[in-house]
Amino acid sequence: MHGQCGLFFRTYAGEARIFPSRFLMVSMGLFGTALCLAPLAMNNYLVSILCLINIAVIGAVSLNLLTGFCGQISLGHGAFFGVGAYAAAYLASLGLPFLAVLPAAGLVTAAVGMFFGLPSLRLKGIYLAIATLAAQLILEYVFLHWDAVTGGSSGMAVDPPQVFGFAFDSDVKMFYLTLAVACVCVLIVCNVMRTRLGRAFVAIRDHHLSAEIVGVDLFAYKLRAFGISSFLAGVGGALWAFYTMYITPEQFGIGLSVSYLAMIIIGGLGSVLGGVFGAVFITILPEFLNFLAHHAGAFFTDISGALLAMKEGVFGLVLVLFLIFEPEGLANRWRLVKAYWKLYPFAH
Amino acid sequence: MAFLDVTDVTLTFRGLAALTGVGFSVEKGDIVSLIGPNGAGKTSMLNCISGRYVPDSGSISLGGADLLAVPSHARTKLGLSRTFQNIALFRGLSVLDNLMVGRHARMDYGILASILYLGRARRAEDAHRRRVEDVIDFLGLSPYRHQAAGKLPYGVQKRVELGRALAAESDLILLDEPMAGMNLEETEDMARYILDINEEWGMSVLLVEHDMGVVMDISDKVVVLDFGRVLAEGSPQEVMADADVVAAYLGGDDGVFLGR
Repeated sequence: MHGQCGLFFRTYAGEARIFPSRFLMVSMGLFGTALCLAPLAMNNYLVSILCLINIAVIGAVSLNLLTGFCGQISLGHGAFFGVGAYAAAYLASLGLPFLAVLPAAGLVTAAVGMFFGLPSLRLKGIYLAIATLAAQLILEYVFLHWDAVTGGSSGMAVDPPQVFGFAFDSDVKMFYLTLAVACVCVLIVCNVMRTRLGRAFVAIRDHHLSAEIVGVDLFAYKLRAFGISSFLAGVGGALWAFYTMYITPEQFGIGLSVSYLAMIIIGGLGSVLGGVFGAVFITILPEFLNFLAHHAGAFFTDISGALLAMKEGVFGLVLVLFLIFEPEGLANRWRLVKAYWKLYPFAH
Repeated sequence: MAFLDVTDVTLTFRGLAALTGVGFSVEKGDIVSLIGPNGAGKTSMLNCISGRYVPDSGSISLGGADLLAVPSHARTKLGLSRTFQNIALFRGLSVLDNLMVGRHARMDYGILASILYLGRARRAEDAHRRRVEDVIDFLGLSPYRHQAAGKLPYGVQKRVELGRALAAESDLILLDEPMAGMNLEETEDMARYILDINEEWGMSVLLVEHDMGVVMDISDKVVVLDFGRVLAEGSPQEVMADADVVAAYLGGDDGVFLGR
């Protein structure tokens, strides 16, 4: 007759699950179902935003693995993303099937990412950030000038992906594809973080001397972090290429790198969920501001132009306010909200 | 050859000699203490053994294997673990994960197993968790299991750090001032832990400590360093009776050493 009060584990494996409680599994199942049904009730514009969110989630979660968990700041993530996009476009133009192109683009990007991760042996923190900034600039230059492969400034066209003869040629179809890939990528990061590999990453971030003492080969593990993170970024970039169907060098500029950094800082450094939240937030915010400016313009016709112009400023303002009032990110706020409702209406 | 054999180790920093021709040994199963005034080179000696510093000359071997021939991170696999003088925990990880990291060198599944989290990684995680739980029980850390290590009180953090070194189940554990900054009760607990680690877990201990009461009580052998040289080596009684040691470190007015 006695129910249990709280969550108890009878096995260690039970404690290591990603969704440890039945409540969480049911609510995630409902959320997943709702997400899968959502495109049926949405117009193409809204579905395209969802696609962008899925792709941004891959980029943000992979950067969080490198920067949030392993402590290696990267300002070149946008370019790594671009390497994946170009690799996918080039391989697809050679006639490789989509299912081979996706991991191959990841592997190419992983190799490039590990190469630019080499300075992490000697450089830490802000110095490594500058080294990865160099990677960003070099790669952008390559995108622009290696005409034979990248098409230079005129860019490259990519056909929609086909899997076993089924073409993903609409926003709705792409939504399901990007959602599936994003889920796999997030699952990979979750798995890495609950095993020795992920613990070693955090150990390097928190105290590299101790990490060495417990037997972590610092250089090898930093390279692994660069490798896995860039692999996922490459997969994200490949999806981006297939989704936009036309890629040019300026899509993968320093702005993209910075916006990924903004995603993980706002979402929460060193939290898988934080990467997801940040990606959703940063992708939706400009669209939301667009929406506001558009509708406010209907009431204040004289200043609608000014409202649109203010959008960029408001975007920056929201970011700054976030850093001041929620420095630990959305993931932490989410934790606090959950803790509050757990005990509601009691204080303790 | 002794279990840990330090022979003629010299370490200099641009002309400043931190260690000159230091040699001593630790027999298997012994608790050996390294004492001496501040700046005598005790921590430098530990750093040479653990791989933070590379000595200019001399040799260090553990269980017959040449330690200086392998990089720092690979020495864990040869059976070495250590704690630091200042707390060097992974602040963002929970106590449990800190101890699990301590077993890093004992786990051998690869990247792919990590990514897929299938049978092999799952079973390994489970088995290692069991060993870590033994350490948690032994050190009484169960109330803190899931708390972030950086937020715990100082004494507990010291214990977690001991636990991390213990979780490696190494043959030789290097302890750098485990009692520093602890009150009497915590010191007694720590001394008890060290004795149990030695007897029950079968680990040899090399201890650097300033609390002479503890050192003289629990050590099988004491090595005294002064200005980077070995001043004396022997049983606690021999060392306490040594006129040089008394003059250099212990102080000799009334024959009472610097206990608490």
